[in-house]
Amino acid sequence: MSEAIVKLHYDIDAEDFTTAGEASSGVKKTLTRLGVNHEVIKRVAIAMYEAEINAVIHANGGTADVEITPERVTVIIADNGPGIPDLDQAMTPGWSTATNLVREMGFGAGMGLPNMKRYTDEMYVDSKVGVGTKVTLIVNMNRQGA
Amino acid sequence: MLKVSEIVKILDAEVLTGEENMDLEIYSGCGADLMSDVMAFVKESVILCTGLVNPQVVRTAEMMDIKVLCFVRGKVPGEAVIELAREKGITILATRQPLFICCGLLYSNGIKGRGVWN
Repeated sequence: MSEAIVKLHYDIDAEDFTTAGEASSGVKKTLTRLGVNHEVIKRVAIAMYEAEINAVIHANGGTADVEITPERVTVIIADNGPGIPDLDQAMTPGWSTATNLVREMGFGAGMGLPNMKRYTDEMYVDSKVGVGTKVTLIVNMNRQGA
Repeated sequence: MLKVSEIVKILDAEVLTGEENMDLEIYSGCGADLMSDVMAFVKESVILCTGLVNPQVVRTAEMMDIKVLCFVRGKVPGEAVIELAREKGITILATRQPLFICCGLLYSNGIKGRGVWN
């Protein structure tokens, strides 16, 4: 990689569901430009996209902060939404609170958090009901330790 | 394996964008209307067949490095969706076939690869 540390910040706008994914798309482009391993890019892109969609669906948007170092990519998606009352339940594949409208858009299958976990090396969910949710996604540049 | 040009013939599909990608080789397929299910599917050289025609289908394809989309059941996306796909270099086909038949035709003609679920 040509640069030691790259930091990116995005506001995730929930006004228009059609733009959801622009932050993830921007990060994918940056990682590609930096010459990051193809598999790492895909894992970051998918996990971040799921988190971004969640922020739009459940929390009326939020923010994305991304740090790229030679060792890893860290993505923090934070929102001021309703929070997750039961994290274990939310991590269960197929479990969802999404509305029919969201389902019509192709989401709400209850695979968001499980997919994030699958594609990352580390994932932390910090959520308080009525306050918001912060999801931290870490993908190592080197798959060892995954 | 099938080339995109062969898929177009087999599905009697229309090419909405990506006419320049007819020689792309497709090894595996995914048929789904739920994008999170698509994102649980890891594989290279994939065609995604779906009845959803919103921009999130193109976004999902972008994240997954899926180069070819096929909209089924005669669904036609809006111009904004086609434009987004063009911008991302994603080929869009449209067929009148329903999803099940579409998948069956592709499978029986040589796309046998499945995704990885682990």
